[in-house]
Amino acid sequence: MSETPNFKVTIDNITIEVPAGTSILEAARRVGGEVAPPTMCYYSKLQGSGGKCRTCLVEVSKGSEKDPRPMPKLVASCRTGVMDGMEVKSMTSEKVLDARKGVTEFLLLNHPLDCPVCDQAGECHLQDLGYDHGNEGTRYEFDRRTFEPEDIGPNIQLHMNRCIMCFRCVFAAEQLTDYREHGILDRGDHARISTCISKSLDHDFIGNVIDVCPVGALTDKTFRFKNRVWFTKPVDAHCKCDKCCGEVRLWMRGNEVFRVTARKDEWGEVATASNGKTGWICNECRFEKKSLSDWTIEGPSKISRHSVISQGHYEGVHEPQPELLAEVIGKEPVFTMSIHNISEVNKPNVHLSQIEGPAHSDDFK
Amino acid sequence: MKLLLENAHIEGIRYYEAYRKNGGYRAVEKALKMTPDEIVEEVKKSGLRGRGGAGFPTGMKWSFLAKPDGVPRHLVVNADESEPGTFKDRYLMEFLPHLFVEGMIASSYALGSNTTYVYIRGEYAWIPDILEQAIAEAKANGWLGKNIQGSGFDCEIYVHRGAGAYICGEETALIESLEGKRGNPRIKPPFPAIQGVWMRPTVVNNVETIAAVVPILNMGGEEYGKIGVGRSTGTKLMSACGNLKRPGVYEIPFDLSVEDFIYGDEWCQGIANGKKLKACIPGGSSVPILPANLLLKTAKGETRCMNYESLSDGGFQTGSMLGSGGFIVLDEDQCVVRHTMTLARFYTHESCGQCSPCREGTGWMYKILKNIETGKGKMSDIDLLWDIQRRIEGNTICPLGDAAAWPVAAAIRHFRDEFEWHVLNPEESQKRNYGLAHYADPLEIMVS
Repeated sequence: MSETPNFKVTIDNITIEVPAGTSILEAARRVGGEVAPPTMCYYSKLQGSGGKCRTCLVEVSKGSEKDPRPMPKLVASCRTGVMDGMEVKSMTSEKVLDARKGVTEFLLLNHPLDCPVCDQAGECHLQDLGYDHGNEGTRYEFDRRTFEPEDIGPNIQLHMNRCIMCFRCVFAAEQLTDYREHGILDRGDHARISTCISKSLDHDFIGNVIDVCPVGALTDKTFRFKNRVWFTKPVDAHCKCDKCCGEVRLWMRGNEVFRVTARKDEWGEVATASNGKTGWICNECRFEKKSLSDWTIEGPSKISRHSVISQGHYEGVHEPQPELLAEVIGKEPVFTMSIHNISEVNKPNVHLSQIEGPAHSDDFK
Repeated sequence: MKLLLENAHIEGIRYYEAYRKNGGYRAVEKALKMTPDEIVEEVKKSGLRGRGGAGFPTGMKWSFLAKPDGVPRHLVVNADESEPGTFKDRYLMEFLPHLFVEGMIASSYALGSNTTYVYIRGEYAWIPDILEQAIAEAKANGWLGKNIQGSGFDCEIYVHRGAGAYICGEETALIESLEGKRGNPRIKPPFPAIQGVWMRPTVVNNVETIAAVVPILNMGGEEYGKIGVGRSTGTKLMSACGNLKRPGVYEIPFDLSVEDFIYGDEWCQGIANGKKLKACIPGGSSVPILPANLLLKTAKGETRCMNYESLSDGGFQTGSMLGSGGFIVLDEDQCVVRHTMTLARFYTHESCGQCSPCREGTGWMYKILKNIETGKGKMSDIDLLWDIQRRIEGNTICPLGDAAAWPVAAAIRHFRDEFEWHVLNPEESQKRNYGLAHYADPLEIMVS
């Protein structure tokens, strides 16, 4: 049996070994923490995704052991494979940080910035990206591009103004459902997600486009304006479902189930279920089972540090690896959303996940 | 010396009889007696470089083609000539369709492509009919179809009409569009030479490149390589337009100087209406614009010639590119700001919307340029434009981002004072509707 050879790759001065065929981004994710480039369009569970948003650009300062020439341009790490002896600069390169700043500005250019009324706020990848790499203000002085609202069905709400054209939902519909009913119409900055003939998306697994959407362009109508995500508590639960794996995350307040989503890993992607397959969930689990009696509760969810909820001091937050210190990377790492430690309102010693029922102001006294 | 357009003036050359009588299809006869590898070797020896814009050596491109067993290979000819200012392929296909078909048959044989496609832009509505007629004539005379001239080689050529998108001139977007999908560029690697049309190895070449294979085979690669200067071998079709006395498609030798090309009697005969030359885009709208003094002489003071090396001498600081050969000339009355805005509008409209820097950045640049042009600009806008183009260039999937960024960068680099004049004199710039004219008269510059 021939094994795939292992390649040595150095990312931000940290050397790891990965099997041949791994992308730079996947290698960086194995290192973890701040070294992993941000991604808006790449989704490891969806084939063919990536390469479009350009936030994951990295500098290859040494091509490989055989051909040590650096690559002339910044490359999209999600779609570039590693070579043996490759040296990559992600957050240690000024060029990369400048390009990311540029891309972030471009992504926010026509974004409505309506976070206060957006259901995605708090778990939005664009918010994280803007916090990490964005400017303080915009230099854009023109009217933002807007779209006519469009109804795409009883369960999914489309806000085209917020879309960043990551194509993830198109890939998801293509790969999870038997027929894809929506796609990209038009081109350039007026390109939009739509169905060709006004049609509702009604496939059994179409609800997963909500989970793959990095921004608030596709949201859950059953959860619309009901609550803010940081007021709800994530709880892992499962049920017997003959369509999907039945392993979900319930977003609860008290005993009320506000929202059901798939379980997500630390990169904000749908996690692998216990049967070894990706844990996509069906529409019935997502939209209809909103009663506690439908579910067997497993316990509080582990939350990634990307989630604003992690700042509510939950137990089991995935922290960045402690060894990624300044001397390894070469500069002070920035940690996402450390605002809560600054604010006086928050009590870092109070673990929200330990509070019974909804949190009350008394809990913070 | 004319290699491609030598017979263009002969009456009826568009049809098979006249073309054959004047030495047509000799190249195919010759090619079928050679092995495919020998033809690739000839093309390599000729030093032919891709005529579509990037100037990549064609022989090398052909030798990169993967040849896995049992997988068909394809030749795709890129006739999606959408670059503003470029119309040389149109001339070739319209007046010498058989030369093009002959080149395609010989190239298909060299590459082992039994099914060859021509992807033609939708705006050329009448040309597919001309090509299809030429293909039918060739087929009726045994140059296409099964067992061509008893050689055992089969080849079919299909003409595919595009729907009118600039982006489909990018080779991977062209392949997507040919497959019937949305014309979005693919992320490379894999390159088309490994996985192209229907995931099969594919070579995508420009029309003129394919046509140039005919003289290469007729005269031999080595002979062809002797014509021209340095690494620019053979001849090039230039489509000259703008404020010229005699615009049109010219076949030029590579040692021709830019000054001769603009002012020579044989060529464009100077600037129209007795005006003076202000600036020129030497290779299609996406290459950097050059002011008259840098166009005629390089920064080192040498005469600039119409070839790949000489035009790109000095890099983007003081040079430009030969590109696809769309030679756009601006006289002293033209406004560079307005001109740049027009180009920015084009690239905004044609951006496919796939990757964020190009989708958002091109529109932003256009809006700022429109503001400056209509007298609402600010001084800081010029620096902002520079910053935007810097962040688009090189960070996109396909070269459209670069193509949108370069004209803006070059216009600011060489004509910054004109942008400033527009900002400072909003009213006057509206009335005159053209820019500063003090770059004019290259002849004076040369005397001094």
